[in-house]
Amino acid sequence: MASLDIKGVQKSFGATRVLHGIDLAIADGEMVVIVGASGCGKSTLLRIVAGLETPTSGQVMIDGLDVTPLEPADRDIAMVFQTYALYPHMTVFDNMAYGLKIRGLPKAEIRQRVQEAAELLSIGQLLERKPRQLSGGQRQRVAMGRAIVRHPKLFLFDEPLSNLDAKLRVQMRAEIRRLQKRLAVTSLFVTHDQVEAMTLGDRLVVMHEGRAAQVGTPMEVWSKPADTYVASFIGSPAMNFLPATLVDGGAAARLSGGTVWRFADGARPGGEGRPVTIGIRPEHLQQVGADGLALTVDLAEPLGSETVLHGRLADGTALTARVPGVAGQAGVALAPEPGALHVFDAETGRRIDPGH
Amino acid sequence: MRKKVIFRGVALPYLLLVPQLAVTIVFFFWPAGMAVWQSTLRQDAFGLRTEFVAFENFLDLFGDALYLNAAWNTVIFSSSVAALALGAALFLAVQADKQIRGAGLYKTLLIWPYAVAPALAAVLWLFIFHPSIGLVGRAFGAIGIDWDYRVNGGQAMTMVVIAAAWKQVSYNFIFFLAGLQSIPTSVLEAAAIDGARPFRRFWTVIFPLLSPTAFFLLVVNLVYAFFDTFGVIHALTRGGPGNATETLIYKVYVDGVQNLNFGSSAAQSVILMVIVIALTAVQFRFIERRVHY
Amino acid sequence: MPTATIDVEALAAASRRRKARERFLTHLALILGIAVFALPIWITIVGSTHDTDTIGRGDVPLLPGTEAIHNYTTAWFQGGGGRNTFAVPASTMLWNSLVMAILIAVGKIAISLLSAFAVVFFSFPLRMVFFWMIFITLMLPVEVRIIPTFQVMTDLGLIDTMTGLTLPLIASATATLLFRQFFLTIPDEYVEAAKVDGAGPLRFFKDVVLPLSTTNIAALFVILFIYGWNQYLWPLLMVSNRDLETVIVGLTKMIGIGDTQNEWNLIMTTAVFALLPPVAVVVLMQRWFIKGLTETEK
Repeated sequence: MASLDIKGVQKSFGATRVLHGIDLAIADGEMVVIVGASGCGKSTLLRIVAGLETPTSGQVMIDGLDVTPLEPADRDIAMVFQTYALYPHMTVFDNMAYGLKIRGLPKAEIRQRVQEAAELLSIGQLLERKPRQLSGGQRQRVAMGRAIVRHPKLFLFDEPLSNLDAKLRVQMRAEIRRLQKRLAVTSLFVTHDQVEAMTLGDRLVVMHEGRAAQVGTPMEVWSKPADTYVASFIGSPAMNFLPATLVDGGAAARLSGGTVWRFADGARPGGEGRPVTIGIRPEHLQQVGADGLALTVDLAEPLGSETVLHGRLADGTALTARVPGVAGQAGVALAPEPGALHVFDAETGRRIDPGH
Repeated sequence: MRKKVIFRGVALPYLLLVPQLAVTIVFFFWPAGMAVWQSTLRQDAFGLRTEFVAFENFLDLFGDALYLNAAWNTVIFSSSVAALALGAALFLAVQADKQIRGAGLYKTLLIWPYAVAPALAAVLWLFIFHPSIGLVGRAFGAIGIDWDYRVNGGQAMTMVVIAAAWKQVSYNFIFFLAGLQSIPTSVLEAAAIDGARPFRRFWTVIFPLLSPTAFFLLVVNLVYAFFDTFGVIHALTRGGPGNATETLIYKVYVDGVQNLNFGSSAAQSVILMVIVIALTAVQFRFIERRVHY
Repeated sequence: MPTATIDVEALAAASRRRKARERFLTHLALILGIAVFALPIWITIVGSTHDTDTIGRGDVPLLPGTEAIHNYTTAWFQGGGGRNTFAVPASTMLWNSLVMAILIAVGKIAISLLSAFAVVFFSFPLRMVFFWMIFITLMLPVEVRIIPTFQVMTDLGLIDTMTGLTLPLIASATATLLFRQFFLTIPDEYVEAAKVDGAGPLRFFKDVVLPLSTTNIAALFVILFIYGWNQYLWPLLMVSNRDLETVIVGLTKMIGIGDTQNEWNLIMTTAVFALLPPVAVVVLMQRWFIKGLTETEK
């Protein structure tokens, strides 16, 4: 168990730069999830930590030790791959024991460790099977077991759940989290799935085009997204964005349609007329009387306890709202919950907090 | 395995099959049947009388020192060719599979000998090992080695093995490289993370995963050494000196074409057929079993 | 398990050394391999540019000489005889080899396409019997049944003809198996669509199957061309008329037995001629060649 420090890591493949200087400190026993769309560089970052790729510049430190020049074998880490990467010619037992045999552990101890891990993952009855005789979920468990028996300093997960079907994915997600807490191993988990990221991580790193767009706890990232990218990536259905300008000395915003929404949490800097983007999550829109924002609904998706309404505002801007109960009318009037508005710079997309 | 959706018609499919079936029957089943039939017959020295002798031709062969010599030569020759060609190819394929500069060029420069005919390969090596005009042959002479594959049986065998193996390396190389490239990168990375250094990774992960390829190639190489290398031996040594490089296939030719001993030659053909069928059957069984890898 | 006391610098240095050494050895091994492959060719090419006496004396030259034009024109138009045989111009032998290789390749592909189409897209009595009849030929190379096949050819009066040279070599199952395997991957929907459109089997063959098969055909052509070009035992038996001599057999006939005076320069020149077409095909059509090779053998 150890801490992990990533310092200014950059990576270029030829002329293409995939990582633009990543800094990240992970405390002992913490689980950090790196989330982002495909091609954002998240897997590359994980592979650099594993030692499978060499960074163009920057350092990877495990327990304060600079391991950047070391090979994967010397880093004392374990990794769970998306394709599981089990050794097809070895039994489940041998798959799990391989790393321990290489390290020259006594036979009795290897057997004991494998048994323990197998028990923990309830795959004890599969030890003599070959990987091809296992289901996807079982393979996933073996891959986890192979990581656990090593008692490594660091667990690395490279989208380990994306090859499983939806139901199994939810189940394994919870199991991974329980195991990680129980074993208290510092972990780095890469995924493109925002739900997985929110539920698994002590903290999240939202990556976008080779940069860490935001690092924070799931609630921080959700309630205070650092920019419009993070805001749109985290949360489902995605946040609505409405073009607006600041009015009333920054204490309110006038939407392009003319509606004025006041900020409950204080005035934004920049003064009168500053162009901004207003973000509002669909679940933070309430149905109100006639004085609300008029939405022409073109699609209503009933989810049972609530309904997701898709439609357009008078000026043509698309908007999604999630309202309780059944609501299938052609038109509704909406207003934001107090304090639920996010304000972003119209040009840079960065978050504008009150009073700066 | 077959398709669910098909065309109707009876005459047309037969018509489509006729060319291949005709060629197969005339040039395959007819001669093969003739070989089996002739293997039970014996002609007198003038070709005037033919009598049925059942298995006598076969029994004679197994008591014939020359035939046993040819069989032994075949064993030595084929196993040497297979070992040399497989070993060299595996070694080169492992090197070429690494991420290095110029890998594509290396690959091209290593596969072209596949195109060289076995007999031509023999001629090319003759230019090198010929005792009076060859670069290496003369060098051997110069440093006092009594080198002349035309009179020394062991040297002759070495020559044909080298020429035959040299040509086959490319073929094996292509298959080993394809086999290496079909091993998922993540499995090798998992092994690296598990702490296996390249050497260990090769013997505990890569080699076991290549073993189906290696087995397949072993059979192909044996079949190659048994049959396709006729040209090498004919061009280089004519089975000599003193039958030292006479293999089974070469003896079929000598007895059938030069000695006109059709009964014995046919019996030898039948034995060879049995050997190939056995080899192929073993291979198919094995392929069936490895499908799931 | 390692503890916090590991010496990072030493491990890093060891890893760097290991990598550098490994890279060096990899290149060295590959270059050596290529050299072993190229050496005989180099010697042959160099030899083809010297005169007979230089080579015959054993002054093995390592660099090209000045006789190239003379050797190549002589070999092309007149050929080299050795002592016992009549000279056949290399141009004649190359032409024969080319015709033989193309006939074998085209013939095999044509009959295999048809038979595979019949076996895959139709259902008829004895279908599997016919399939196994073709399949079993896979097991017996022509060399095994060479003498009886020769006798069959004598009976048919095909000795010393191009037909006799090529036809028996067309009987082979590899191409049929490859096409069958490929046809099985053609989705059933295509057949259904053809039926719905009212297209018959032959039209389906021409408009769908053939266009889909072009890369497979190209790949097979490369393999079969080389197979045909490199034939040795069969032409050796079949051909006594030297106008029908193929280049591989003709080349070995140029080399006399024992210490006869060989025209080494012309032999080497002819060897270069014999080498060039198949090597060019492999190098230029490398992608198809590898595909053809690895897929026919599956």
